[in-house]
Amino acid sequence: MSASSPTPTPTPTRQTKASPTLAMTANTPAVGRSTRAARRFGARAMRLAGWLGLALLVVAVLYPLLWMVFSSFKSNQEVFANPWGLPGKLRWGNFGRAGSAGVVRYFVNSVLVTSASILTTVLFSAWSAYGLVRLRVPFGGAILGLLLGGLMLAPTVALIPLFGLLQQLHIYDSYWALIVLYTAFRIPFTTFLIRAYMIDIPPEVDEAATLDGCSPTQAFWQVILPMCRPILVSAALLQALFAWNEFVFALVFISTGDLKTLPVGLMDMQSRLLTDWPVQFAGLTMAALPMIVLFLIGQRQFLRGLTDGIGK
Amino acid sequence: MSTTLMRWRSLAWVLPALVLLLVFVYYPIVDNLRLSLFSWNAFSVAPTFVGLDNYRTAFHDPIFWTALWNNTVFAVVSLVFQVGFSLVLAALLEEFVHQRLRGILRTIYFIPAVISITVAGILFSFLYNPEIGLVNRLLGAVGLESWQHSWLGEPSTAMGSIIAMSQWQSIGYTAILFVVGIQRIPKEFHEAAKVDGAGPIRRFFSVTVPMVREMTTLIIILTVSGAFLVFNEVMVMTAGGPSDSSQVLGTWLYRNAFLNDDMGYASAIATVIFVITLAIGAVQIVVSRRRRIQW
Repeated sequence: MSASSPTPTPTPTRQTKASPTLAMTANTPAVGRSTRAARRFGARAMRLAGWLGLALLVVAVLYPLLWMVFSSFKSNQEVFANPWGLPGKLRWGNFGRAGSAGVVRYFVNSVLVTSASILTTVLFSAWSAYGLVRLRVPFGGAILGLLLGGLMLAPTVALIPLFGLLQQLHIYDSYWALIVLYTAFRIPFTTFLIRAYMIDIPPEVDEAATLDGCSPTQAFWQVILPMCRPILVSAALLQALFAWNEFVFALVFISTGDLKTLPVGLMDMQSRLLTDWPVQFAGLTMAALPMIVLFLIGQRQFLRGLTDGIGK
Repeated sequence: MSTTLMRWRSLAWVLPALVLLLVFVYYPIVDNLRLSLFSWNAFSVAPTFVGLDNYRTAFHDPIFWTALWNNTVFAVVSLVFQVGFSLVLAALLEEFVHQRLRGILRTIYFIPAVISITVAGILFSFLYNPEIGLVNRLLGAVGLESWQHSWLGEPSTAMGSIIAMSQWQSIGYTAILFVVGIQRIPKEFHEAAKVDGAGPIRRFFSVTVPMVREMTTLIIILTVSGAFLVFNEVMVMTAGGPSDSSQVLGTWLYRNAFLNDDMGYASAIATVIFVITLAIGAVQIVVSRRRRIQW
């Protein structure tokens, strides 16, 4: 989970003992014409099946999402009478109604909590990663172990004690509750992500800076952080995805309706507007769209973070 | 001397991360163990020590067992889909589809993973709606009226429907991880196998599957621990109902803590979740350590 290469290019690695190609023998003596034809037919059938499967999955993935978007433009009667088809006309008003039913409020809350937690998480994680990689922090090994352990601890398990703790700290039912928890629970992952990247920056880079009279702090801000830009972007995107969609903490630690974030707010709205489908669909679309757009824009950074954080 | 001082000063670098981690992650988890030995609720002045009573309660609580069973089913179904199906999907993408289209398909399949489970859950509860939901309409259109259900409203189908939604959401995510694993296989392996006359299916089983074993292990671990932490899906779609048929450990914990006001019992359930995920984590450590030695 830790370690090595910041480049997104997959590195060909190691020879396993099970070198499978050698085990297979090439025994293909004169294949008869009919079997060859049969084989060609089989290959064609398989290609067809492959394409069919891939296409079916595209439909299965996209159809519900398109249905959501289409339905958000329909009238209530249209949703019932013509659930499959395109909307007769674009009723943008549904979005306005969803907005005033709370979605705008939830949206703003989500933006606030998400951006604040991106800032704190990435900053604190880069900070500690630098300390661990470059400065000989006392008990560095033990601290690394604590971080690694933190990767495995689940929010659900901490729920009940946190309930009391946040109340004692007087941050229960405030943005701070979420910002602090989203930061604390994501520091392990983010630190490991950034650390893996920093390890590959040659020590000479910041040594040169220190020789030029930089303090470690200056070297960190002026040399290391700019060099880490790609991985910081990845880390920020993944944190955005996490914080925007987080549910358990937002459900338990926010009780004021006006402070709710989108995931919990939408659920609230669902029970309030039981029969007004198009407005609900509009709300869902508004909640889903930012992450989809962000993903489409930052795809490469997204996947780099994901696979560097997980696969190595 | 001054170097020692500098070393200690460098602790400042890890301090914010460390403090947050200890206060908000480690302390609550340890405190949960203590709290699970008391009988208390949010309003009780003084919790009373009851020893292992809360665990005994769990042991005799049929809904606790339903929840544990549901988590297990979730894990097994997810394993089949996330490991089996996603691997086939990833192999198809990497070895079958040409470059251009490959990127587009990968993007499409991944999209469900970036929307929140709340959105996906509410969306699917519309799809599952007995009167106007698309699932029943589709069944009706092909003449399978007898298969129609009130999917989330019947105890026999609620959990399955939730699991199905979850597969829809996460298959692309797992496939991407497998894609990364497949991309790390040196090209020569497949080429050599091709020269040896191995067809695509043979190559899949003899080259791809053994070569992505590490990624498979990792995905198994992620999937299983994810399945025991399920919460959001169930909360949004059924909240554990009907008649507790789709209760999972997470929602049963929530219900006891914040609705039934039995914090002590809820803490005991949390401990059970903790022990399960810890065991899975331990397996992960053992496996990844073995891997590192191999390299």
